[in-house]
Amino acid sequence: MKAENYVTVELVSRSYNEGFARSAAACFAAQLDPTLDELGDIKTAVSEAVTNAIVHAYPDELGRIVMKLRLYPDHSLEIVVRDWGVGIPDVDKAREPLYTTGSEERSGMGFTIMESFMDTVKVRSQVGKGTTVTMRKKVSRRMGSRV
Amino acid sequence: MAVTCTGEDRVLTLHISGEVDHHGAGKLMTEMDAQMETRFPKTLTLDLSGVTFMDSSGIAVLLRAYKRMSAVGGSLTVTGVPPQAERVLKAAGLYRLLHFLE
Repeated sequence: MKAENYVTVELVSRSYNEGFARSAAACFAAQLDPTLDELGDIKTAVSEAVTNAIVHAYPDELGRIVMKLRLYPDHSLEIVVRDWGVGIPDVDKAREPLYTTGSEERSGMGFTIMESFMDTVKVRSQVGKGTTVTMRKKVSRRMGSRV
Repeated sequence: MAVTCTGEDRVLTLHISGEVDHHGAGKLMTEMDAQMETRFPKTLTLDLSGVTFMDSSGIAVLLRAYKRMSAVGGSLTVTGVPPQAERVLKAAGLYRLLHFLE
């Protein structure tokens, strides 16, 4: 299925950019006329994916993060967050609730939140090469919707 | 993100406002720790009514408050949870662990 619309955002892994990334994703998703809950879910999932890249992919240096947003004719949104950082040695373990290699500021619930709020979450990772998180969510069509 | 506090006689309310994400969570935890270490609350209320966004960093903040209050035999109540934050906290199962007030 070919994307009807897309944007690509490149970020440096500074925590300040977490807010920018989720706001950019919300602005792009707005063309699907989502409910407030759906918009909140998209913002939250993006925040988790980008924060993971900032905290875990580049623990000792600043690095490059690319977020791709694609909108499909079936009223779904695809969000890809890619980094070229340290990678995740055991993706299944990383996806377990409460598992974290981070400090006390991390709850280990990032992937659980992404899985709860998006329809699908795929994680591809290679140690030393980086991680790609691909999330997809179908946004409901509402009566009287503009799209 | 900002924190203000009210209360006296070891009854403390922290009013949290703005976006609670990884970028702001460290500062929020430092402020919360400082208040708890100087005021030794028996009863702590976290008022989230001014929170405009929360991700899983907020879960870590609430769990830290819960652990600290449990360690001293105190109580924690969370109040004023906005709808977006409520969805995050419910997805994490915190409504089964913590005491929430409407």
